Amino acid sequence: MFAPEFDYYRAGSVAEARELLDAHPDSTVLAGGHSLIPILKLRLAAPAALIDIGRIDALRGIASDGSTIRIGALTTHAEIAASDLLKGKAAALPEAAGQIGDPAVRNRGTIGGNVAHADPASDLPAVLACLGAAFVIEGADGERRVSAPDFFQGLMTTAVGEDEILTGVELSEAGDGEASAYSKFAHPASRYAVIGTAAKVGLSDGVCTSARVVVGGLVPAPVRAGAVEQALVGQAVTTELIAEASRKVGDSLDDDDLLGDVYASAGYRKASAHAWVRGALSAAVARAG
Amino acid sequence: MSASTFGSGIRRREDPRLITGSASYTDDIVLPGMLHAAMLRSPYAHARIESIDTAAAAAASGVVAVYTGTDTEGEIAPAPCAWLLPDSGLKIADYHCIAKDTVRYVGDIVAVVVAESRYEAYDALDLIEVDYDPLDAVVEPKQSAAEGAPQLHDEIEGNQAFHWTVTGGGDIGEAFENADVVVKETIVQQRLIPNAMETRAALASYTPATGELTLWNTTQNPHIVRFLCSLVAGVPEDRLRVIAPEVGGGFGSKIAVYPADFVTVFCSKKLGAPVKWAETRSENYQATTHGRDHVQEIELAATKDGKIVGLRATVWAGMGAYLSTAAPGIPTILHGLMLSGVYDIPAIHEDVYGLYTNTTPVEAYRGAGRPEATFMVERLVDLLAAEIGLDPVEVRRRNFIPKFDDGHDVVTGLTYDSGNYDGALAKLLDKAGYDQLRAEQAAAREQGRHIGLGLSTYVEICGLGPSQVAGAIGFQGGLWESAILRFHPSGKVHVMIGASPHGQGEETTFAQIVAGELGVSPDDVKVIHGDTDNTPMGWGTYGSRTTAVGGAALALAARKIRDKAKVIAAHLLEAAVEDMEYDDGKFFVKGSPDSSKTIQDIALMANVAWNMPEGVEAGLEATSFYDPPNFVFPYGAHLAVVEIDPETGHVTLVRYVAVDDCGPQINPVIVEGQVHGGIVQGIGQALWEEGVYDEDGQLLTGTMLDYALPRADRLPNIEVHSTVTPSPHHPLGVKGIGEAGTIASTAAVYNAVIDALQPFGVEGVNMPLTPERVWRSIQEAQGRN
Amino acid sequence: MKIPVSITINGRQYDRDVEPRLLLVHFIRDVLGLTGTKVGCDTSQCGSCTILLEGVSAKSCTCLAVQADGASITTIEGLASHDGLHPLQESFWNKHGLQCGFCTPGMILASHELLRCNPNPSDAEIRHGLEGNLCRCTGYQNIVRAVRDAAGAAEGGAQ
Repeated sequence: MFAPEFDYYRAGSVAEARELLDAHPDSTVLAGGHSLIPILKLRLAAPAALIDIGRIDALRGIASDGSTIRIGALTTHAEIAASDLLKGKAAALPEAAGQIGDPAVRNRGTIGGNVAHADPASDLPAVLACLGAAFVIEGADGERRVSAPDFFQGLMTTAVGEDEILTGVELSEAGDGEASAYSKFAHPASRYAVIGTAAKVGLSDGVCTSARVVVGGLVPAPVRAGAVEQALVGQAVTTELIAEASRKVGDSLDDDDLLGDVYASAGYRKASAHAWVRGALSAAVARAG
Repeated sequence: MSASTFGSGIRRREDPRLITGSASYTDDIVLPGMLHAAMLRSPYAHARIESIDTAAAAAASGVVAVYTGTDTEGEIAPAPCAWLLPDSGLKIADYHCIAKDTVRYVGDIVAVVVAESRYEAYDALDLIEVDYDPLDAVVEPKQSAAEGAPQLHDEIEGNQAFHWTVTGGGDIGEAFENADVVVKETIVQQRLIPNAMETRAALASYTPATGELTLWNTTQNPHIVRFLCSLVAGVPEDRLRVIAPEVGGGFGSKIAVYPADFVTVFCSKKLGAPVKWAETRSENYQATTHGRDHVQEIELAATKDGKIVGLRATVWAGMGAYLSTAAPGIPTILHGLMLSGVYDIPAIHEDVYGLYTNTTPVEAYRGAGRPEATFMVERLVDLLAAEIGLDPVEVRRRNFIPKFDDGHDVVTGLTYDSGNYDGALAKLLDKAGYDQLRAEQAAAREQGRHIGLGLSTYVEICGLGPSQVAGAIGFQGGLWESAILRFHPSGKVHVMIGASPHGQGEETTFAQIVAGELGVSPDDVKVIHGDTDNTPMGWGTYGSRTTAVGGAALALAARKIRDKAKVIAAHLLEAAVEDMEYDDGKFFVKGSPDSSKTIQDIALMANVAWNMPEGVEAGLEATSFYDPPNFVFPYGAHLAVVEIDPETGHVTLVRYVAVDDCGPQINPVIVEGQVHGGIVQGIGQALWEEGVYDEDGQLLTGTMLDYALPRADRLPNIEVHSTVTPSPHHPLGVKGIGEAGTIASTAAVYNAVIDALQPFGVEGVNMPLTPERVWRSIQEAQGRN
Repeated sequence: MKIPVSITINGRQYDRDVEPRLLLVHFIRDVLGLTGTKVGCDTSQCGSCTILLEGVSAKSCTCLAVQADGASITTIEGLASHDGLHPLQESFWNKHGLQCGFCTPGMILASHELLRCNPNPSDAEIRHGLEGNLCRCTGYQNIVRAVRDAAGAAEGGAQ
């Protein structure tokens, strides 16, 4: 397909990118392009200009100070999927990143571009919400950090303002006895998540000390499954308990919000979501134990 | 290299250019001064065009011309339907290449922009203003037939394109009245979108000074394109050269000659410049023909012992908004006549209603009518087995046509050529370990796991001719093939052939046929095809006919060469022709094999002609036309093993075993590749693929994001086996293999899923068997019980 | 607006002025005439346009030419050397890993990436590694064989 005309400016730094955004009304940030370019090709968007931040090296890479992991916005899905640090300390994230699209997509697509697009069927929003990520946004007033519930404001909408740039995400490293996992029902054509479930659990002597379960794919923005979490915390974890707790996921899903399509209706997604919750929980528990 | 290369799995001759990126597909070709066309297509499924304003588009940067239906009126005729199904009340609606006043599907062409670049052409499309008055649409064939349905064409009452029937054998009513057992089912053969990896394209180059036009086209049948294009677009056949360059798959979707092809020709003629149109994938989903789209109400009558006594069906076939080139023959001739399957069925009756709907036209898609027939029969046989409590293997065996070598008549009027259906099934059961699989299934059920086994035993009709039959069934063309075989002085060979392969590998198998007949190396044989100026007439590559019909023409040409060479050899060896013998490229006097002439010696002599026998022409070349005496009927037996997760409805294809019989295999590696690809397309229908329209006629599965094609990671390795039963009437004994896998596999996978669901009491699920559909079927069955 | 770009493809540097909207695949095919790289869809699904961008696989239909400014690219035309075909090209040929050939350039380059990341893959890993490349002809089985063959692995692949 053939995108409509637009201008193009390459930014050498975040500050320059913000200046360019400011100078060119109706402009859009281009990172890896794997969310934006398909939309341009289908002529579903027609920005006047693209501000390419793809060469700002400061936005690339995964680093930890021993408790907080910072992932630059331009870090690719492939880099995340291959990161030993993340596999050890935030396993759900590389697990999810490794299931985005396909290898060539993962080589170019970036975490920043992905979450800034806020596609409900995307894998990362649910994972980042589950891991308690902070989204680092740089604007005229400097840097600010936004939590997932505030960042994902609904279908294709985030907290990033018009003249702001998402520069990275920050996560806490999993502590002793903590682990996370991601379980996905992929659409057979698009590979996007029909249902995507991230779980993070803490275990101590076989008892669940903490649990956070977030589902995506069937909701406009990631939803925390509080009822599932409550059913786990304080209990001795067994296969039966996980199955029973997973069945409570429906309590957290508001029927009015549920997404459905010609492939999988909202009702079916809701009714079968527990299986993916169970999958994520089982994997997280196995890792934590 | 010798005659032994016939039957060996040598590497393909066509591959070096394909694996290096050197091959030229239509969109790869660039001509000096070439312009680019883009089609404006209707966003409405059914609407009146109130007005079109092209002024802004015409004035846009790089735009050379904008044309609408007013401009093409009288210049290009409607796109023709070329299968005039007799005795069916066939009513063909005019398929204007650019819609005049009404659009009837999302994708109907409304205008064309010609510009200096493709980007500029697409920019200009956005500037054309069309005022539409939307009309009610109908998308489902049975609803189209209903009273009060929106009407597509003023002159065609009830949207009915045709009503075709087949009746054979005994009285069908009596068969059902007297039957011990009757099983019934309603089946939706969902709409499929072929998705050849190369989308369609046309490049037309008109030379005003000579009136000659060359059309590069993504087609399976360049000679048919030339014939129809000459009739529709006013370029005489002698001035029109059609080239099918490298073609990236077809599967039936590149049989039709499309409005966009004619429009591209029109633009080039009008502008006196080369014009290229290359479809985007989104456009392909809307504009390139779809397949299947049947609603089938079927029933089978049998004795309590499981002997079938009658089969009756009514089919509503969605044809789309207009009749595509070969469309009427697909759900009728290629479907209804095959309803006996591999079984001895004494009475058959089917009514087929072809209905216009506000959808993309439906054409042949791999298997074309035969998968829909096989599915019906194989589904009914399984239902019968379940009803009377027999294993599906046993019911099949009680009804198989016994082994035959030289013709068997079925009540639909066809004469199958040869077959040993129980032989194929026996091999399948052995290779698959069927009894053990049944035991494993029972054990798994004990553990709460749900495994299913599904059989499909099929026979198909292919190798389409004979031409006399083509005439009788209203096909507006012949069904013979021709080949020219020419030896050059150095002993190298050119084959010019009318068939037009596009991925099947006949550049290799045809070379192997020549090698087998004349003892040359396949490496010394170049096969030239796909260019109407350089090849003899051919009726196209579809219906698994290229090797069966074109290959026979080539073998006969080779035999003519051999006969002539023998005369020349006799002359050179000073022997009588009757005393000459031939073996593996050498001619020698009986009893003296050391004194011989090779085919290359003779090629040199025939070309220099210094010493030819009296009355024998110079040159070593032969032309042959082969019009087959009958169709060929490949067959086989397939088994699918699936496991389902009742909690989510997910189906996993665990194993797939196939036994196919296409007669002697010229290149078994190529045969196996055809089987793999065919089976996977049929699996796609069973599990993933569906073209979905909403009730307004919007295509909801209009990109590769929505339409689920089979992918590598969702498939097991397929186990391929074969039996060999030559066709008695074919010069090489060969049958066809291009469509067999697709014809068999959908039913096998479907039957396996239903078998897995048996403990839940599930009766039927529509395809594709998505997790939700399977899950719902379990919920509904549990609700009933 | 036109932007100057300098892109090295198969070892040769090309300097051109391009519209920002020009896709890399159109730069390769239409501007440079290297038509071995194909376009099979418009939604980044089919993988026909796969190239190697700085040695790793990328979908050239989902990248602007301006984004590749300064980059080094290998297309199917650049895979073979003067000494002959690349082992993957040989194995696709030997194992009948292609029919119509349209997906083949992308499939070979995706396989290149697969073996770069995992030199000794199992069949399941091969199938998974090719999830972003569609083929409508082969049913994938002989492609899996070809990749396995190129990796020098036995039938069934590594366990």
